[in-house]
Amino acid sequence: MQAREIVKSFGSREALRSVSFEAGAGELMAIIGPNGAGKTTLLSILAGISKPDSGDVHLPGGAVGWVPQQAALYRRLTVEENLLLFARLERHEDPRASTEEMLELTGLSERRGEIVARLSGGNQQRINIAIGLLSRPVVLLLDEPSVGLDPRQRARLWEFVSGLAGRGTTVIFSTHDIQEAERYGGRLLVLADGEALFDGSPEELREAVRREAPEAADRDFETAFVAYLHHRGH
Amino acid sequence: MRWLLLKDLQILRRSPLQAALLVLYPILIALLVGLAISRDSDKPRVAFLNQVPEGSRVVVGGAKLPSVGVDERICSRVECVRVKNRKEAEEEVRSGDVLAALIIPADLVNRLNSLSTLNPRTPRVEVMVNQEDPVKAQLVNDRIESLLAQANLVVARRIAGEGGRYLDLLVNGGQFQVLGSSFQILGLQTTASILTSLRPALPAGPLRTSLDQVIEFADVSQENLDVAGPLIERLTQPIEVDKKVVSGSSPPLEVFAISVAATLTLTFVVLLLVAGSLALEREENAFPRLSRGLISPTGLLGEKVLLGVGVGFLVTLTMLGGLQLFVPLQWDRVGLWLLAILFGAAALGAAGAALGAAAREVRAVSLLAFMVSLPIAFLSLIPSGAVGSGLFDAIEAITALFPFKPTLEAMTSALDSAGDGIGGPLLHLAILAAAYGLLARLALRRFAAV
Repeated sequence: MQAREIVKSFGSREALRSVSFEAGAGELMAIIGPNGAGKTTLLSILAGISKPDSGDVHLPGGAVGWVPQQAALYRRLTVEENLLLFARLERHEDPRASTEEMLELTGLSERRGEIVARLSGGNQQRINIAIGLLSRPVVLLLDEPSVGLDPRQRARLWEFVSGLAGRGTTVIFSTHDIQEAERYGGRLLVLADGEALFDGSPEELREAVRREAPEAADRDFETAFVAYLHHRGH
Repeated sequence: MRWLLLKDLQILRRSPLQAALLVLYPILIALLVGLAISRDSDKPRVAFLNQVPEGSRVVVGGAKLPSVGVDERICSRVECVRVKNRKEAEEEVRSGDVLAALIIPADLVNRLNSLSTLNPRTPRVEVMVNQEDPVKAQLVNDRIESLLAQANLVVARRIAGEGGRYLDLLVNGGQFQVLGSSFQILGLQTTASILTSLRPALPAGPLRTSLDQVIEFADVSQENLDVAGPLIERLTQPIEVDKKVVSGSSPPLEVFAISVAATLTLTFVVLLLVAGSLALEREENAFPRLSRGLISPTGLLGEKVLLGVGVGFLVTLTMLGGLQLFVPLQWDRVGLWLLAILFGAAALGAAGAALGAAAREVRAVSLLAFMVSLPIAFLSLIPSGAVGSGLFDAIEAITALFPFKPTLEAMTSALDSAGDGIGGPLLHLAILAAAYGLLARLALRRFAAV
């Protein structure tokens, strides 16, 4: 996936300022930055929901899966009904088989008949991701997927997502949890006020933080990162 | 589209309270409206106590008039609730079971008879009303005044009729009954004939001149009294109403009641369902996911309108079937009903889609739908002449922008074989459906914002 000089404004506010990056097959890329940095806007443009004012996105052949921050599913339907509905809307040849596959993948086979509204936030997020995976995407976009999950649920989520990347799916996720990005992201894109400040590995980001904010280099990574943003004028 | 339709029906089925409310509430309202309008026809319930002794008659010129059938006449115009005494009548009014009580006192006939004596006493009837609200008070006053005007007219006509009979006897002669005895009245006409036949036998002179004067008086009296009879008749009702319908045809009250009930049902079901189910797509954050090539915005709107039309169609037809219990319907016009329901539901569905696309939450959109539809329904039922012409023009313009009134007109035309054509309202609804569809499509752009 390749994004070139993406610009997006909402009225007089510039949400994205000429943002560019590339992500290869099997790569797990984290988009990090403070609230209002433009993470969700960038993901929605990559997902094709919003259109950029200028710049373009090149997608590899195949589908792009998208998992919005808030679970996009019908809470009054069961787990199985949700998956079956979206499999049918995706025009799968055998929607029931695809549903079974996703139930297996997410480990929710036992709870297939339960109304989604009665499930925990973690399980709702698993269904949310499973729906995003129904199209068997080559690129999966996740918007703050771990928000609201407890540590155990987070661990299961990242185990699942890492497995997808391991099978060749390009995974791009946004988060404002720096430690999570450092732990799971193979590559980090730092956004602040719509501007791409950094694009590289977690180690390269640590190096950049040490270089630009040496006074905070010995402190924890999150504190050092905030100092780095401050040095960069954000 | 069909899978989304199936999903919406599943969600509806899974919310039994909501589904029951959606269906039962409008049906209940519709039935209540239907009952209220058809019940409050030209026969209000009135407690009735006639204390006049059996066999009492109004006497004119010493002769008893035949019975005018007061009970039958009054009870043909109102639904009479017979009561035994004054206290019972008062209780019926106080409890609200009847609109008013009408008590005809025992001395009414005596008082009527006293009108032709030197000591006349005004005949009176007693009316009890429960003026708990101004609208009801006005209604009661109008009904009672109308009823008394009718009663006065009946009595006046009967007296005038008797007067006319006496005049006829005076002019043309005949048998006259007084206190069981029969007399032969000569009459002016016969008198003049007898005198005319006697005239040649008298020699010319003062006696003959006097006879000529008597004959002339008899002729002139006869001619003028011939005119007096019809004149007395006319005095009882000097002015008659010559009614011409210059615009609109008033449907029978029960047809109008059914149309109102059906249109209210259709409005609430379709508007709430379409607006609510569209807002639900946003509330569940599903729209951005759907809009990624799974369904087009126009397809989504079409699915919601189809859902509203389908459910509204079934509910309205069921309600019409239920109303058949109260009022007979013309089932040979069922094709036109279906057309009216379909066009009405489509326009209301498009309006619901526009509302649903404008709001973010199901609760907000439900409130919005009520806030829009209730005043519009109320305004649509205001007849011309009830308010000033300028205000009525404004009401006409406002109600023309919403599908309630054209749906009501289409339903009325479909149900009433003597009514106006259905083409105009259907065209109006088609235009509104297109306009609201366009508005909904534009509003849906806001939906996509993440």
